[in-house]
Amino acid sequence: MSDLSASRKRYNSWSDKIFDICNIIFLCMLVVVTLYPFINMFALSFNNANDSIRGGIYLWPREWTWENYKYIFNESSIYHATLISALRTIVGTVISVFCTAMLAYTVSRQEFVLRKFVTIAFVFTMYFSGGLIPGYLLIRELDLINSFWVYIFPGIIGVFNMIVVRSFIEGLPEGIMESAKIDGAGEFMTFIRIVLPLTVPALATISLFVAVGQWNSWFDVFLYNSSRIELSTLQYELMKILSTSNTAANSMSAADQFAAGQSGASMVTPTSIRATMTIIASLPIIMVYPFLQKYFVKGMTVGGVKG
Amino acid sequence: MERTIINPAPVTAKKPARRGGGLQPFFRKLLQQRMLVLMSVPFLLWLFLFKYVPLWGWTIAFQKYRPAKAFNDQEWVGWANFKFLFQDETFYQVLRNTLVMSSIKLVLGFVTAITLAILLNELRNIVFKRVVQTISYLPHFISWVVAASIISTALAPEGIVNILLMKLNLIDQPVLWLGKGEYFWGILGASEVWKDVGWNTIVYLAAITTIDPSQYEAAEIDGASRFQRILHITLPGLKPVIIILLIMNLGHILEAGFEPQYLLGNGMTVDYSDNLDIFVLKYGMDMGNYSLATAAGMFKTVVSFVFLLSANTIAKRMGESRLF
Repeated sequence: MSDLSASRKRYNSWSDKIFDICNIIFLCMLVVVTLYPFINMFALSFNNANDSIRGGIYLWPREWTWENYKYIFNESSIYHATLISALRTIVGTVISVFCTAMLAYTVSRQEFVLRKFVTIAFVFTMYFSGGLIPGYLLIRELDLINSFWVYIFPGIIGVFNMIVVRSFIEGLPEGIMESAKIDGAGEFMTFIRIVLPLTVPALATISLFVAVGQWNSWFDVFLYNSSRIELSTLQYELMKILSTSNTAANSMSAADQFAAGQSGASMVTPTSIRATMTIIASLPIIMVYPFLQKYFVKGMTVGGVKG
Repeated sequence: MERTIINPAPVTAKKPARRGGGLQPFFRKLLQQRMLVLMSVPFLLWLFLFKYVPLWGWTIAFQKYRPAKAFNDQEWVGWANFKFLFQDETFYQVLRNTLVMSSIKLVLGFVTAITLAILLNELRNIVFKRVVQTISYLPHFISWVVAASIISTALAPEGIVNILLMKLNLIDQPVLWLGKGEYFWGILGASEVWKDVGWNTIVYLAAITTIDPSQYEAAEIDGASRFQRILHITLPGLKPVIIILLIMNLGHILEAGFEPQYLLGNGMTVDYSDNLDIFVLKYGMDMGNYSLATAAGMFKTVVSFVFLLSANTIAKRMGESRLF
């Protein structure tokens, strides 16, 4: 890449300059289109709900208020749903990452007799899966309906994640594991003491994938636990608001909403509740994402380049 | 995806098998490696339970399944469920919707991601490039629920899209974007691009860095313009990646996604938004017709696999890199 900078002087023709300017303008527009909806949601969530109905809220709240957030967190169901979301993210990630790493270690050992069998058995399931109904019937058979563990058990091992970690372990110098064995460490101890600490970069990557997946998922809640409000998650609560307001908001004009807001004398409206929930549900990701972005990208390229 | 490594198996070669059976060294080795076995067999059991038992569940596609009955008491009906499926007009409709939405996603996704990757690569200010990249990846990590909430707010009658279009005098009055079936495919395609275009550039950007810089220099000395360099060096350099991704995506042509269609679709758009997955969900979970829904799901998986194998074979014929 440094070679290019040497030749930079030569990029000076008119057409080159026009290309550059258009390119920068276009990419700036892309940034605006990507960020604007989030900023708009943020502004709506902090703006007085009845004032929002008048419209004209774009980038910044007109009448600042915490009312929307207070209202939502006073709804005990949503407060509880936030806790469940956090719990499934933490528990699910820890269990899944540890188990995936352990399995990846065993299939990375060249001398392991079951190595090929295990790998093929897992990779096969990337292409063939029973699908929705047999999966649902199994979960029902196992009595996991209406239980927290239905968020954890079915997804313990991610095959793609296992391949990412396996390739990483295979890239470690063989001598390290050999010397541990000569010192008398068993396979499990070698894994815990030697391999796990050395695999941290790969584990960080897959942790992020698993954690984001856990935090964002709503379909398992909808399918298995929709009758138990105490197991509901933030994303599912937002989904419920969305599906009730989708049809309503489409037909309900701003004037109707205004009237509804006035007559009920309530401090919140469906629009502002939805904006506030949207911000709460995406906030953890928006906050940690810029710092951890490089791990995401690394995982993507490790998995993508291998073929 | 699987790397083939020929196992020299030197340990068994040293010890002659005593009682002729080839299995004995295998079991001896298994015993020696009992720790590794202990560390992997629990997950094999997990795999069997959660991934292979549901495959066995495909048998209910050939039954008139009644949840209350035991397996042996179920009534077997042969291909009746499939016959019913292929005579059902809704099935053809959801099949059409699935294929159209997948194709839009495939074509639009490829074109936009490759274009964006090339544009990013042409940037000379590294800091600006990093900022754009970081921001463009962001929507990939938010859930479809959040995305659907954002999209339906933007497309609402008093949403930003209608406001902008009215300011530009392109429309006279607000359009109910999510209330008309004809608009759904376009909205879905645009939403998918919004969410994933940045993320999809990663693979292409990684591939661009492997192109030899001296090629660009040589082209420049020969007087090639910016567009000519993109056309004759960058794009050919991306060809292997494009082909392997195309294969992978062709294998998933029947999986147009489920969440965006389910979350953005509504009663007014079902004729366009319902796809195979939603069909399975509606027949299976809402109407309790497990057998028919399983048949539809099974059809999807088998056809997908055939597509994947065919695409892989074509790539092999063309002498390109392939999946397996």
